[in-house]
Amino acid sequence: MKDNSLSNILNQYESKEQIDGQLYTLNLGPTHPATHGIFQNILTMDGERILHAEQTVGYIHRAFEKISERRNYSQITTLTDRMNYCSAPINNLGWHMTVEKLIGVKVPKRVDYMRVILMELARIGDHLICNGVTGMDSGAITGLTYMFIERERIYDMYEQICGARMTTNMGRIGGFERDFTPKFHELLKDFLKTFPPRFKEFCTLLERNRIFMDRTIGAGAISAERALSYGFTGPNLRAAGVDYDVRVAQPYSSYEDFDFIIPVGTAGDTYDRFMVRQQEIWESIKIIKQAYENLPEGPFHADVPDFYLPEKADVYQKMEALIYHFKIVMGETDVPKGEVYHAVEGGNGELGFYLVSDGGRSPYRLHFRRPCFIYYQAYPEMITGSVISDAIVTMCSMNIIAGELDA
Amino acid sequence: MTNEFVLEAITREFPESVISSSEPYGMLTIEVKKDDIKKIIHYLKDSSLGFNFLTDICGIHYPEFPDKEIGVIYHLHNMMDNFRLRLKIFMSRENIEVDSLVELFAGANWMERETYDFYGIKFKGHPDLRPILNMEDLGYHPMLKEYRLEDGTRTDKDDNMFGR
Repeated sequence: MKDNSLSNILNQYESKEQIDGQLYTLNLGPTHPATHGIFQNILTMDGERILHAEQTVGYIHRAFEKISERRNYSQITTLTDRMNYCSAPINNLGWHMTVEKLIGVKVPKRVDYMRVILMELARIGDHLICNGVTGMDSGAITGLTYMFIERERIYDMYEQICGARMTTNMGRIGGFERDFTPKFHELLKDFLKTFPPRFKEFCTLLERNRIFMDRTIGAGAISAERALSYGFTGPNLRAAGVDYDVRVAQPYSSYEDFDFIIPVGTAGDTYDRFMVRQQEIWESIKIIKQAYENLPEGPFHADVPDFYLPEKADVYQKMEALIYHFKIVMGETDVPKGEVYHAVEGGNGELGFYLVSDGGRSPYRLHFRRPCFIYYQAYPEMITGSVISDAIVTMCSMNIIAGELDA
Repeated sequence: MTNEFVLEAITREFPESVISSSEPYGMLTIEVKKDDIKKIIHYLKDSSLGFNFLTDICGIHYPEFPDKEIGVIYHLHNMMDNFRLRLKIFMSRENIEVDSLVELFAGANWMERETYDFYGIKFKGHPDLRPILNMEDLGYHPMLKEYRLEDGTRTDKDDNMFGR
């Protein structure tokens, strides 16, 4: 392993005078337009070249794990939204699946397929922004403006499901609050028809663009071995050549029903991360088409009266519904004792929920395995020796979301 | 690879170390002696069992069990066979120190820092054990159960009616 410590780097210089004359410290962040979030990098620079980097996180730490110990299981949904806010539905639905695993609920097939559609839409939205911004950071802002339009269309669909656009609070334990609306069907059909040609245009803008390739190939590379040692998952690991995807390795929500491939890269550099995400968007479209064409009829939630709020009309007229409504709202529903780990393939990689229940109304312990937290640790190693403009593009292509990093 | 197979392999290799085992929701969970955790994980990583991936490290606090008050939970993953494993260690508040895994997995660095930050567990051999998400001068470890989420001095928030 390369010794990247500052003392080792400084030893390579002949004399103190040489260091004094050449090196300087640059604070990149905490709030810098190019860091896309609130985190600080203290860089030791020799001209344009980074000799040493040290990162600081925690600027927006909001104690979600501690807060979870005082909230009931439904109320935690809103916390998960605010971690990776670029693909909030995956966080939501992943959390609900964890609780369902704990309480032993099997949801109807329609719910599974609805979840798959929404999670893949979220993945597309997440990847679009990451790749659009990677282009922007290397000087090509046009692609980002085009792709923002497409993401807005995805947000329009979220709005049909839950009324919100960004922090969606979309699912419920056992399923969804409501079924897809007619407008949602209309928007989705239109999206599936018109998005691929527009995305293809975006692909042609950057994928074989000489300037973009020169800027990204070889930048911020990490080997498969180091990536695994750091605990990389998701597109960042796949870019290094490891075909690990939670959707295939441990299928949830009926992912085993769909036909799709896992794109992998070879070099683990910025260009490979970009390309893996590009290809994953095509795969996501494929999955959405399959799920939507085969969307089963039936209920859009499971029969879990202890967790799923009854219809409002029933609450006014039926005693049982009123009791359940009260129990859920006041958080009086007990859950089984036990511990469960559930992972989903988030927009960024393996998003895991480790939940310990002592049978009470709130989790005894809830730990989020947040992929961004894992990636950012490797950042100094990936940029040491490169120039600062490469470091910016590398950070962007890793898709570090500050909300998820700090939780 | 099955739960029985892995449990048997670990028990055979470290007969003195395994304290108990269970399979909550299908995942093999083994409680081992605190002092042996590093060598067990080293073995799991480098032997033919092939647990090449450290998924997660986190802490937990059980104030009602003084001998086993503080716990550390490790999630490991054998990606080739797609097998997950959970290891647990427990310790008392007086002896809150355990070997660091940074030599085995680079990713353990921040996971252990986070665990230290929240629970005060000292990881022996860690190259840079400082709080990571909280301020360095915070002075306490906020995920311990003795620290209430809300300000205990407030009187305008009475939660008694809400089952809390």
